Amino acid sequence: MTDEPKPSRRAFLAGTAAAGAGLVATAATAQTADPLITEVQDWASVFGDPVDATPYGMPIEFESHVVRRNVEWLTESTASSINFTPIHALEGTITPQGCAFERHHSGAITLSKQDYRLMINGLVEKPLIFTFEDLLRFPRQISIAFCECAANGGMEWGGAQLEGCQFTQGMIHNMEYTGVMLRDLLAEAGVKPEGKWVYVEGADASSNGRSIPLEKALDDVMVAFFANGEALRKEHGYPVRLVVPGWEGNMWVKWLRRISVYDQAVESREETSKYTDMMPDGRARKWTWVMDAKSVITQPSPQAPIRHGAGPLVITGLAWSGNGRITRVDISTDGGNSWTPARITGEARSKALTRFHHDMTWDGSEMFIMSRAVDETGYVQPTKQALREIRGTNNVYHNNGIQVWWVRADGEVENVEIA
Amino acid sequence: MSKSLEILLAALLLATPAVAEPLGLGRPALPEEIAAWDATVLPDGTGLPEGSGDVLTGEDVFGANCASCHGEFAEGLDSWPVLAGGDGTLTDPRPVKTIGSYWPYLSTVYDYVHRSMPFGQAQTLSVDDTYAITAFLLYSNGLVEDDFTLTKDNFATIVMPNAEGFYPDDRAETEYPLFRVEPCMADCRPAPPEVTKRASELNVTPRDGDGKPAGTLPPLTAASETAPAEAEADPAPEAAPAPEAAEPEAEEPETEEPEDHAAADPALIEAGEKVFRKCAACHKVGEGAKHAVGPALNGVVDRAIASAEGFKYSKPLTDLGTGGGIWDSAALHAFLEDPKGFAPGTKMSFAGLKKAEDRDAVIAWLSTFAD
Repeated sequence: MTDEPKPSRRAFLAGTAAAGAGLVATAATAQTADPLITEVQDWASVFGDPVDATPYGMPIEFESHVVRRNVEWLTESTASSINFTPIHALEGTITPQGCAFERHHSGAITLSKQDYRLMINGLVEKPLIFTFEDLLRFPRQISIAFCECAANGGMEWGGAQLEGCQFTQGMIHNMEYTGVMLRDLLAEAGVKPEGKWVYVEGADASSNGRSIPLEKALDDVMVAFFANGEALRKEHGYPVRLVVPGWEGNMWVKWLRRISVYDQAVESREETSKYTDMMPDGRARKWTWVMDAKSVITQPSPQAPIRHGAGPLVITGLAWSGNGRITRVDISTDGGNSWTPARITGEARSKALTRFHHDMTWDGSEMFIMSRAVDETGYVQPTKQALREIRGTNNVYHNNGIQVWWVRADGEVENVEIA
Repeated sequence: MSKSLEILLAALLLATPAVAEPLGLGRPALPEEIAAWDATVLPDGTGLPEGSGDVLTGEDVFGANCASCHGEFAEGLDSWPVLAGGDGTLTDPRPVKTIGSYWPYLSTVYDYVHRSMPFGQAQTLSVDDTYAITAFLLYSNGLVEDDFTLTKDNFATIVMPNAEGFYPDDRAETEYPLFRVEPCMADCRPAPPEVTKRASELNVTPRDGDGKPAGTLPPLTAASETAPAEAEADPAPEAAPAPEAAEPEAEEPETEEPEDHAAADPALIEAGEKVFRKCAACHKVGEGAKHAVGPALNGVVDRAIASAEGFKYSKPLTDLGTGGGIWDSAALHAFLEDPKGFAPGTKMSFAGLKKAEDRDAVIAWLSTFAD
């Protein structure tokens, strides 16, 4: 296969000849006139939908495959379960709310702004109650951040298991949030000097309480009520959720109802029995909050095979790091023998999804394609094998290993591991 | 100080998220409000309310409220969490992480059970019942004898077996130095890649109707690929049916509706499907539905009570069945409104559907599933 096409005038002029040689299979070679062009089509003649047809628009029916999906066998109850973002079908970096993955521990609840209350108590000078309207009167900030479940890729610790990046890396979304900084709310109540931890819990039946060290709470944690320019969706915590940039999704408490300051971690169920990482010696790491640098090729991938044949091919994917900005993404098409930096397309923001593209010419033979993220701390996304050598295979969480896709000559793509 | 430095400092002061002056927003939280919402118990026992519970009481309370998912002995039914056992399995290929084998603090058990259990009926257990369940879970893990009583005062003396089994995140020391090195860019492999694992061989991925992984992008040249025969037989696109489809068709569905209505109200059935989510954790329904925590519900409407083959009903329901009871609308309404009132002692740990319209809807929906 040939990598890195170097467009030139000569290549441009030679384009027709290459198509004739069968390297580029496109409709351009069709002999008969295309009736879609020569015939007057219905949509070019009669009315489309009027402006009052869809007061709130949904994607057109042709995009009906671009939906969240769950894996039934993962959990006993869909009220305490997870679904996956269709990242194989999305582009850019912002995840639409309607297909951004959901993780509930007791279902998505219906809580109105009028019924919303937020309590701050514990080691504070003044325990306070805020209404939703109160929150709207604090100075607002905007922040773009990825939210990744700590268990993203968790099913792949033992080996390649699920067919498609929606299922293997899709417990992630990236939104633009508007809200108020947690530190401003804490300042209103006044944290006592002995306060070292902030415990946050939700209004739903699970409560999903988590402890956050005070330094992080005073740094970049946001109490958010808008996402991508509109109110949070119910399934993402309407009317108010926590945004904890760079840290595991479980801490992004939805339907946030209480913030309590303590001198110690609460050691709640979600930070002891769950979201702790088993190591080979039988002990477990706790407080593994940061999501390390990671990337995945979203196209081509098992749910996005190559159907256009050999010739120009766009490889694209996502990279992110909980430790800062992505500075580079390397691509390999030969199973990791050689690597080429991909294009970072658009802005690489700290703790946010970053889009990369790699434009190449595919010769139609099989490939093992991989992406490898590097962040501003110099951390290089490791292989799954490198992680297993340290953590074994019972770690469950924080699998940020390199994904290998096997692109077959027919364009179909498989999730594999290679030696 | 130079002018530019002054400007820089001023800019920094503006940009720095210094602790803001309080705005005077919000109102004081009242003690009874804090008491209602702050049920947190810390590892040292801070936050525990006055109360107590013994193992035998706990066994009963657990049997009534928890065993339908976690099993009579906290062994976990189906894939519901196993709460007991698992000693010495943490280095096994499949470790069994239970309260006894894994959880570092007893406070977590009390805190979680009291705040978030039973699943689907959180915050319905009294303080003493929570102490009792916690005592029973200690007993079922072999950590106390059956005459043990857990109280606020002896709580902090219990040390969990795996208390020392956790340590704070050390990735910064143990992993980052290994991974923060300039990576190989060329000639990195000693040999060509060889496939060692293929996800497709496990066949555990949800699939679309065509057998491809669910959500696979549709072909962009669908016209020629999906209907090649047609395209070849009739290359002329004159007969394209598009103009017809554009005609207004709105009246048709409306005329159909009244006929349908006599048999079943589609809106009610649809509402019932939503209500059934409250039941779906334990009951399966539909094609191929199997018994789960509760019996499969295909054909349940108008059949004899406790008559699904292969399901072990609790005695009160079996008695109703042998007494000739039928799951007609009235019986289903009574049972669903107040399960424990209709059949005292039933295993079904569900608070009930208080709204008649919810019950109507769910019964209408269940009626659509034949045996």
